[in-house]
Amino acid sequence: MTLFIALFCGISFGIGLTISQMVNPNKVLNFLDITGNWDPSLVLVMFSALTLFIPVYHKIIKNKPKPTFTNAFSLPSKITIDYPLLFGASIFGIGWGISGICPGPALVNMTQGSPKIIVFILLMLIGMNIPKYVNMLLSRLNK
Amino acid sequence: MEQLTLMNSVIGGLILAASALTLLFFTGRITGVSGILHGLWQTTFSIEYWRITFILGLIISPFFSAIIGFNLPDQIDMSWSAISAGGLLVGLGTRVGSGCTSGHGICGIGRLSLRSIVATSMFITTAMITVLLLKFVS
Repeated sequence: MTLFIALFCGISFGIGLTISQMVNPNKVLNFLDITGNWDPSLVLVMFSALTLFIPVYHKIIKNKPKPTFTNAFSLPSKITIDYPLLFGASIFGIGWGISGICPGPALVNMTQGSPKIIVFILLMLIGMNIPKYVNMLLSRLNK
Repeated sequence: MEQLTLMNSVIGGLILAASALTLLFFTGRITGVSGILHGLWQTTFSIEYWRITFILGLIISPFFSAIIGFNLPDQIDMSWSAISAGGLLVGLGTRVGSGCTSGHGICGIGRLSLRSIVATSMFITTAMITVLLLKFVS
C-alpha cells in the first residue's frame, strides 16, 4: 500500500510541478532575476502550497499518533542551524541559479527528450555522493 | 495570459501541498525529492521500494499532465556548462544542506522548522545573487 501511495504522490507532485511551471528553467530564472522582468508567480506557488500545508500539518498530522500504513513518522531530527546546512544551502542556491533546475523538476523533465536533462541528473547524482567520498578519503588519510 | 499563469501557480502549489500531505499522512515520509533520490543508493540494509515508486511517479507524471493539457517545456536551452556545473552543485548542495526546494521549501517550512526556513532563505538568496552575477558577467 505504501508503494502505491508513493507512486500516486510522485505522479501528483510531478503534475503540481508541471502546472505551476516549476519544470520550466526559464520561468525559474525569471523569478530569480529580480532586476529583469521579474516573474513573481513562483512566490505564489510556495505561498499557496504553504497556505494549505501549514494548517493541515499542525491541525491533523501532528495530532495523529502514527501514519496510517507505517509504524512511525520519519521526520528530520536535527534542529540546530549548523555550518553544513548554511554551506549546503548556499551551494545548492548557486547551482539552482546557474541552471534554473532543482531535483524535482529535473526528474519530471526526464522524458522531455533533451540529453541535457539526463546529463544534469547524472551529475546531480555524482554531486550527491561527493561528501561520502570526501569523508572516505579523509578517514583514510587520518589513519 | 498573465492571470492564467498566476492561477496555475496557485493551483500547482495546492497540488504540491496536497501531495506532500498525503505522503506524510499515510506513510510518514517527507516529500523531499533530493533526499528520496539519494536514499535510493543507500542500499546497505534493505532497498526501500517506496522511494523507487515515488521517483517513478515523478518521471511518468508528464503523461498525466498532458492529459489535462499541461506540457513540459519545449526545449531546455541552458548551455552545457550551465547544465554541468548546475547539476554537480545542486547534487552536492542538497546533500550537504539536507534538502532542496521540496523538502525545505514546502515540507520544512510547512512544519515551521527553523532549519528549513533558514536554508530556504539561504538558497533563494544565493540563487538570486548567482543570477545577478552571471548577468553582470555576460
